Amino acid sequence: MRIVVDLNRCQGYAQCVYLAHEVFRLSGQEALTYEPNPDDERRLQVERAAVACPVHAIVIDRLEGAERGGAS
Amino acid sequence: MTLPATVAELVRDFRANGRIVIVGASLAGLRAAEALREEGFTGSLTIIGDEPYEPYDRPPLSKQVLKGWVPADHTKLPRMREVDADWRLGVAATGLDRAAKQVRLADGEQVPYDRLLIATGTRARQWPNPTEAALQGVHTIRSRDDAARLRAALAEPPSRVLVIGAGFIGSEVASVCRELDIPVTVVERGSAPLVGALGGVIGEIAAQMQRDHGVDLRCTLGVSSLEGDSAGHVRRARLSDGTVVDADVVVASLGSIRNVEWLEGSGLAAGFWGVGCDAGGRAFDINGVVTDSIYVAGDVARAPHVLYEYEFLAMEHWDNAVFGAEVAAHNMVNLEPHYRPHLLVPGFWSGQFGVNIKSVGVPPFGDEIVFTQGSVAGRSFAAAYGHRGRIVAAVTFDHGKWLEHYGKLIERSAPFPPPPPGWDRPPDMKPMPAEFPEPGVPTEVPDVVLTGHAPSERTAEFRPRRH
Ligand SMILES: Cc1cc2nc3c(=O)[nH]c(=O)nc-3n(C[C@H](O)[C@H](O)[C@H](O)COP(=O)(O)OP(=O)(O)OC[C@H]3O[C@@H](n4cnc5c(N)ncnc54)[C@H](O)[C@@H]3O)c2cc1C
Ligand code: SF4
Repeated sequence: MRIVVDLNRCQGYAQCVYLAHEVFRLSGQEALTYEPNPDDERRLQVERAAVACPVHAIVIDRLEGAERGGAS
Repeated sequence: MTLPATVAELVRDFRANGRIVIVGASLAGLRAAEALREEGFTGSLTIIGDEPYEPYDRPPLSKQVLKGWVPADHTKLPRMREVDADWRLGVAATGLDRAAKQVRLADGEQVPYDRLLIATGTRARQWPNPTEAALQGVHTIRSRDDAARLRAALAEPPSRVLVIGAGFIGSEVASVCRELDIPVTVVERGSAPLVGALGGVIGEIAAQMQRDHGVDLRCTLGVSSLEGDSAGHVRRARLSDGTVVDADVVVASLGSIRNVEWLEGSGLAAGFWGVGCDAGGRAFDINGVVTDSIYVAGDVARAPHVLYEYEFLAMEHWDNAVFGAEVAAHNMVNLEPHYRPHLLVPGFWSGQFGVNIKSVGVPPFGDEIVFTQGSVAGRSFAAAYGHRGRIVAAVTFDHGKWLEHYGKLIERSAPFPPPPPGWDRPPDMKPMPAEFPEPGVPTEVPDVVLTGHAPSERTAEFRPRRH
């Protein structure tokens, strides 16, 4: 699956890290890094993280699952 | 039909049957395409990109990708909605004929448009000596292929990496090297890392941070030449003070060049600092007259900003590409008085040496700086930039939660120094010179550049006076 975190918006609350630590990591106190195309198996975790993020910084692909013809 | 009714009918017809072409298939191009469909544009949409890949995100390339955590092909951008476009990937636009309203492609094809969006971004400035730049082991980083190559080189691992230029990207590369325990030398022409973007006061803190993490940082020095072995692999660099650094990987992070060459001869205001446009994204022609059918967004755009005395800003920031694309898309399918302005208070982030560096506003517009919160020694603080008694920007090190607060002060042109916060006050709150280098000097981007007026680009057609 594809995600992007708007790191201008992210405030390093680390909620996402608790909910999906394979996908989101903190480097130091508050610098968030993440896997932008995590395994589909992580979808539920990632969706939970996106909902839990207090500033709605995690954006998930809205087409996924749908057929993606070429670059669509 | 009355005139307004005719105009309304034209707009309706354009939204239903018009032809829009977007050149540049990256962050700005994709987000504009999505926004056009969101706005109800159902005509034909063509997206032209010279990279063979569908749009991907660049910021992770110099961070999690280089570190080896995320593969370089894992940054494809999530889609906000279906765009139903004709994608022409792997083919460059090579010319623009405004009279015929056609974009010329490298394969000879001409693509007609009613409205055009220019989103061709920037590319990495290469090491200036072509023979030395062609040595194996000499890298730049802008594309996902660049990142994949550099990642492979770091995995070897090299005996030492030399980073030329300590802007954000160069500093991030140095940080990754240290995390991977690779020896790294950073050579920077300016007085300190990040000095172009954040000034000398913050640059000094960044310098200390690099040295604490074991970076061999050499400032106010240049690299004079790179030398390779008989197999054509880079082995060492000669610095301007005569010293030699042995390194088998060299990363030139010398800033960027705007992709405007394909617009040559089009009569648009395109040049070194990008394509000039109004705050609504409408491109200017060379005479300063705004066009009706050509728009610009992202790294390649330069537009006046009310908060910064209408100076033309070129912003090589992620949020500028997203917001600028949305504004341009909206204006492409609407008419006055429904135009929207691109009035973004720019924001930027960079993760390096375990510290979250963020900024809001335009730091180089400031001439003074004051520490407002936290502790410099603890590398966890906020500082504000001022210009003529008002706050114009702020920077935080591991104090990101406060950025929004400063953003609001900047929007209101609140006084500088800003009122002291109730707590977390640093011992000294005296403003001091922010120590930016002379304006107009290209910096190691991504950055906001105050582009001002470029007399060297004076190509206007002056009209003879009639007697
Ligand atoms: C390594 C790296 C790290 C970054 N980190 C950060 C960060 O931490 N924070 C931040 O805010 N910003 C960061 N940025 C900046 C951010 O990525 C850019 O602001 C953003 O990519 C701009 O998007 P754009 O679509 O305007 O331009 P680009 O992403 O440059 O896209 C332009 C596209 O147009 C294509 N193109 C060019 N010429 C032609 C032509 N003639 N015909 C067809 N196609 C053409 C290009 O190949 C490219 O695909 C970083 C950039 C890089 C490279
Ligand atoms: S939960 Fe949201 S704000 Fe917190 S670290 Fe994750 S993305 Fe950032």
